[in-house]
Amino acid sequence: MADEKKKDVVIKVRGLVNGFGGRIIHDHIDLDVYRGEVLGVVGGSGAGKSVLLRSIIGLIHPLEGTVEVFGQQTGEVEGAGMQRLEMRWGVLFQEGALFSSQTVAENIQVPLREYTSMGQELMDEIAAMKLGLVGLPPDTGAKYPSELSGGMKKRSGLARALALDPELLFLDEPTAGLDPISANQFDELIKQLQKILGLTVFLVTHDIDTLRAVTDRIAVLVNKKLVIGTMDELRKNKDPWIQDYFSGVRGRAALASEEAH
Amino acid sequence: MTSIESASAAEPEAWFKLDREGRKLAVGGAWTIAESARLDRELSGLELGGPGAGGANQITGDIAIDGSKISRLDSAGAWLLLRTRRALEAAGAKVSSFNLPELYEPLLKSLDQERKAEPIRSRIPPGFRGRLFRIGRAVIHAYGQSISMLGYLGRVTVETGEAIAKPKHKFRIAAMFHQVEETGINALPIVGLLAFLIGVVLAYQGADQLKRFGAEIFTINLLGVGVLREIGGLITAIIVAGRSGSAFTAQIGTMRVNEEIDAMQTMGLNTVDTLVLPRIIGLVIALPLLTFYSDIMGLLGGAMMCYFQLGITIPAFLRQLNEAITVNTLLVGLIKAPVFAFVISLVGCYEGFQVERNAASVGMLTTRSVVEGIFLVIVLDAAFSIMFSVLGI
Repeated sequence: MADEKKKDVVIKVRGLVNGFGGRIIHDHIDLDVYRGEVLGVVGGSGAGKSVLLRSIIGLIHPLEGTVEVFGQQTGEVEGAGMQRLEMRWGVLFQEGALFSSQTVAENIQVPLREYTSMGQELMDEIAAMKLGLVGLPPDTGAKYPSELSGGMKKRSGLARALALDPELLFLDEPTAGLDPISANQFDELIKQLQKILGLTVFLVTHDIDTLRAVTDRIAVLVNKKLVIGTMDELRKNKDPWIQDYFSGVRGRAALASEEAH
Repeated sequence: MTSIESASAAEPEAWFKLDREGRKLAVGGAWTIAESARLDRELSGLELGGPGAGGANQITGDIAIDGSKISRLDSAGAWLLLRTRRALEAAGAKVSSFNLPELYEPLLKSLDQERKAEPIRSRIPPGFRGRLFRIGRAVIHAYGQSISMLGYLGRVTVETGEAIAKPKHKFRIAAMFHQVEETGINALPIVGLLAFLIGVVLAYQGADQLKRFGAEIFTINLLGVGVLREIGGLITAIIVAGRSGSAFTAQIGTMRVNEEIDAMQTMGLNTVDTLVLPRIIGLVIALPLLTFYSDIMGLLGGAMMCYFQLGITIPAFLRQLNEAITVNTLLVGLIKAPVFAFVISLVGCYEGFQVERNAASVGMLTTRSVVEGIFLVIVLDAAFSIMFSVLGI
């Protein structure tokens, strides 16, 4: 990974400033995400992890700075251009954000119906295939989101995010609220899918196990700035919050399990 | 509207070719989701008929699938390839080789491991049977709902009895008066305005017809009896069903969506005591008062119309009104109000508790609560009319 070939930059953030009601959350941050990598974003509660994600996918307009995805500035492109951009990424929201009045299969078919001219039969097959891809049994397709457990909701949300075979995947705390076993399985799933489908993944998380298991690089949000590096590099960082995060009890446990492997 | 199909024109087109003998299927180009709708249509044109199909594309025996010219493959494209292979095998052909660029082997493998994708079927069968199914389901649903509503009525009755027996523990006075304010006092402007207008309309139409017989003065009888006995109470109840019945359902329903109801139950709070009784008793107090107010406003509207249309002064109006009605006329109208109030609030609260945890549910049940509330009010009004006429009141 370390070789400095000319890497293809998928997400390019420059001088981003975000804030609400006079309080600055991001103070001129820069970030590059390269094609095919998994970038983890961590930070304390309220540090603005989700805000960063939302400003990259264009749900929040930053106060200052630019965000480019696939070479296009998300704040500038409008209408059809933005839609074309949105077809190339998939987003998994924290609670899955499945449409509650539709079955899981219909949820997955929403982008297919909107953006392709597939027949119903093929859409049914694709929905079933995506469910298989995220490791859900076939009968999940006919269920409503209210009938699913938290882990199944997230997997279904992931299947919907993958519906259009995106190149770029945004995950907002994919393992939050899952038991450790399901969380591990979810980590495995992300890793596998990333490899099979060649995805670039932007991953917001709290979970240090997830970071260890799936990310190539980690971006830490501290003091309104981003500190970026691999896990080993960050462990040597002197910042007290980063020290606490990676060397606290949970951090050490995660690393110990790594060494035991 | 943009579509993904028009968005990615830069990539080479996906194609597939079957050689003459039907021994080799060559595929190439970008087999992606953008192309899959077209590929799906074209692939279905490949008649993979077994013996007897006899088309130009008939395939039997060994066949090789050559995917070495594929420039890009995503999961939708991979699925189409797999499906084609399965269809070939089902038609009796034997797929002797299947090669792909190495890069895409894992993708195809991971999809192939999955069980056969069953088409996701709707639970409702198509056609006439589906219609029967829907009717049957609606009947069963309506039956279940009446039973459960009846059960709910029973529970509320018991709890009300207990509340009256032990008012100190069970009675939430503050919540109740809050409901009186919400459903009664805050409804004064709209109820007053509408009742006034109804009075105007009634007087105008009545005067128009009765003038032909030279009996204009009886407009006041029509107005007095009509408004006090029927219209005043009915219009108020319908407004309140739309205004407060819906509010009850939406409030309780939203609490259900937020798991607040569950939280209350785990704290040992009785939801009937805390949520339902204040609403029911509050409305039972408020609606008769509102009805009286609406009666007065209706008569006022009528009186104004009589003055301008027929030149009947207010004292003359009152004199004739005194002839036309008795206190009983007013009471017959008012006695119905608490019953309407009870039904409206019961339905409103009941439907609120039926809300499920999804976004559409609150809206659907709110609509239902209003429709059921108005329906029941009119049915009850008819029942009262029959009862009063039998009793000779």
